[in-house]
Amino acid sequence: MKNLRLTNNSFNDDKVIDACSIFGAMDTSGRRFSGDSVVRAIANMHDRGNGLGGGFAIYGLYPEHAHLYALHIMCLSNDARLETEEFLRKYFKVHGQEEVPTRLTAAIKNPPLVWRYFVDVPGGRPENQSADDYIVDRVMEINTSINDTFVFSSGKDMAVFKGVGYPEEIAEYFRLEQYKGYLWSAHGRFPTNTVAWWGGAHPFSILDWTVVHNGEISSYGINRRYLEQFGYQCTMQTDTEVIAYAIDLLMRRHNLPLEIAARVLAAPFWEDIERMPEGEQKLTRALRQVYGSLLLNGPFAVIIAHSGEMIGLTDRIRLRPLTVGEKGDILYLSSEESAIRLVCPDLEKAWIPVGGQPVIARLKPGAQLSPAGFREIITAH
Amino acid sequence: MTTVKETIISIDASGVHYRDLNSKLREAVSGGASKIELRNVHGQRYIGTDLRGPVAIEIFGTPGNDLGAFMNGPRITVRGNAQDGCGNTMNAGEIVVHGHAGDTAGLSARGGRIFIREDVGYRTGIHMKEYKEKKPVIVIGGTAQDFLGEYMAGGVLILLGLGLTEGQNHKAKYIGTGMHGGVMYIRGNIAEYQLGKEVGIAEPEGTDREVLRKYVTEYCGYFGGDPEKLLEHRFIKLYPRWLRPYGRLYAY
Repeated sequence: MKNLRLTNNSFNDDKVIDACSIFGAMDTSGRRFSGDSVVRAIANMHDRGNGLGGGFAIYGLYPEHAHLYALHIMCLSNDARLETEEFLRKYFKVHGQEEVPTRLTAAIKNPPLVWRYFVDVPGGRPENQSADDYIVDRVMEINTSINDTFVFSSGKDMAVFKGVGYPEEIAEYFRLEQYKGYLWSAHGRFPTNTVAWWGGAHPFSILDWTVVHNGEISSYGINRRYLEQFGYQCTMQTDTEVIAYAIDLLMRRHNLPLEIAARVLAAPFWEDIERMPEGEQKLTRALRQVYGSLLLNGPFAVIIAHSGEMIGLTDRIRLRPLTVGEKGDILYLSSEESAIRLVCPDLEKAWIPVGGQPVIARLKPGAQLSPAGFREIITAH
Repeated sequence: MTTVKETIISIDASGVHYRDLNSKLREAVSGGASKIELRNVHGQRYIGTDLRGPVAIEIFGTPGNDLGAFMNGPRITVRGNAQDGCGNTMNAGEIVVHGHAGDTAGLSARGGRIFIREDVGYRTGIHMKEYKEKKPVIVIGGTAQDFLGEYMAGGVLILLGLGLTEGQNHKAKYIGTGMHGGVMYIRGNIAEYQLGKEVGIAEPEGTDREVLRKYVTEYCGYFGGDPEKLLEHRFIKLYPRWLRPYGRLYAY
């Protein structure tokens, strides 16, 4: 067990009455936009959180390195970083690396080292192991064995920025104003059952999957044990982590369409299944039988994202809020409508989805990612 | 006789924290203001909480959660949508929403009235209650999501189903689950499986029709429409089959 004391909640005020905030914005035309509006929107829900976690996922972030896996890695010490880099050189071809630029701010206390590495996977892997599988295995290895090191994100052309603080403070700390993306998700944390530390902030991520979550996964133990059988190791000490691995398993490895994966996570009640037409009933029963251990029990509203897609989903009886806003090619998801209207006063449509039914934004066919992305020169190692 | 010229106090809420906004409101009300408008409201919570007396507050923008919580008398008009918990435990007064409302509108309300032009989210009217002359009323123009009137213990809930096409069912399930007081009137179809098992169905009778006429007319007064035409449609009445459904749950 790693020592997390350095990164724990320095306020020691674990319980207050509040709720997390989640926000997502996606331009389905592929236009990259600055996160200024996203930061303002999540900051508008400041009072939902308590400053013990904030974070962002950005897609379309590294067009100059879009073919490489961008590993964002948190190290609690410089020794841990050096050890990690040795590991990376052994298992990957590292094309570039640098410390993620930050600025000193009064709000952010005891930040860990956060570095990013643009890597390629070597050839000569076993036939049944894809490059993505290889990445997942190495991420699990780093998170479980190299002391004091955790991988925050490991996808292509995207990254997660997160830490202990209010989300607007995290945005300032990581200088998010320099980035652009076509999809942003954001989270303000109010930790309920687990420690507030940098790894426990949202989004949770594996490959290019990210999840921000408001709620509690009471099935965490069952979900975790099930995922362990497929090689996923939970190391972040927070329930949300299982959602990222569950969606990777269902959608990437088992190749299920999103609508089906959503039915696994928020499975319809048996009594509702009985009223379905026969074919659908058969399918839904089969899903509940095969994937019973991936049912997410407990209250949740989540924004799940990966390259080209953003998904909003709540539990079946919507015990946590989620509201949708639409304007032209942009789709917003938020815990509160006011946050959307703050940054988009002339919404064309605002609506509240039904519990358990996914809201999906997808890049339009033929969407071209605008080139105005991240252009910082990375020094080759 | 002196005539007092009515003045409207206007408050720009942009960037103002909810605590400061509510102090400004309390200040204005204790200074005798009878009309207050709030501009650029973006998610401030608890607007109008704990306010007493006859004051009309008009909100432009999107008020935050628990709008009018514990309110005791004022009328709040929202030019936009309301978020979750609108009218939470309100005691008296009125909230008129020119749009939709999120989850748990009117939760635990013990008096006052809420008119919502369009749809509502989950658990509208959850555990609203009544005592003698205190009787909360919620009128919803559109449809509702699940658990409408959950654990309802008193008051009147009216669902007009204005967005539904002819013959279309409401989609809400678990309507009136745990209901043990009050009454619901619903226009538009509902299948039996959509109801909680504590709920009985009846045709509205004389006094029901009077109540319906009164509040449907008020709804149309706020949002337009012809009450007579609306009242021609079939309504069903939902009532609690038992007043203490769980009375014996923990007793031997």
